[in-house]
Amino acid sequence: MIPAFDIILLVFLVVTSVIALRVRDLLAASMVFGIYSFLICLLWAEMTAVDVAFTEAAVGAGVSTVIMVATVYQTARRSKD
Amino acid sequence: MEFFEQLIIPKFNYWIYVILMMIGMRAMIAKNNLVKKLIGMAIFQTAIILFYVSIGVKEGANIPILDHHMMPGEIHGGDPVVVAEFANPLPHVLMLTAIVVGVATLGLALAMSQKIYRAYGTLEEDDILSQIKLEPND
Repeated sequence: MIPAFDIILLVFLVVTSVIALRVRDLLAASMVFGIYSFLICLLWAEMTAVDVAFTEAAVGAGVSTVIMVATVYQTARRSKD
Repeated sequence: MEFFEQLIIPKFNYWIYVILMMIGMRAMIAKNNLVKKLIGMAIFQTAIILFYVSIGVKEGANIPILDHHMMPGEIHGGDPVVVAEFANPLPHVLMLTAIVVGVATLGLALAMSQKIYRAYGTLEEDDILSQIKLEPND
């Protein structure tokens, strides 16, 4: 566990979560959420939890982003807040 | 100052998990769009998983995979296992299940929001509620 890398990743996590919740375009929100999942994957690889890291890379950053983008294309893309 | 030195700086990762959890909870409660609520739910869930996985981290420990140097005729490997050299794998295994369950929850909720969009033509909560109120008693 490297403390400086840990701090940088955690700060980026908070920033991307706030951006994902503040953008009005839902496609952009789901892409930023994919970035958030990938940062969490890096954080787990750094926390020596490699099994959780590659599950998150496949399932969190891959599948959940894809189903979120599919939902945005089936429904409305603009959001009021 | 003593508060910072004893509570904030040594446990900064826990504080950031609490911040992430509160960001997700505020999104679930206060956001109007259903997809935004679901993003908040996923952030809340990953904050809890981060908390649990970070419990198993040890200072100077390696990934929890044993080196196998099996000699022919030996049942176990050569050197005895030193527990302090490996991170605790039990929280990892428990949280692996939580990740998979979380993706299933997210997929089901997104499918339900597609059904809601087909029925009401919108994903905004206040529009859906006003349409429900306009419908005659049912």
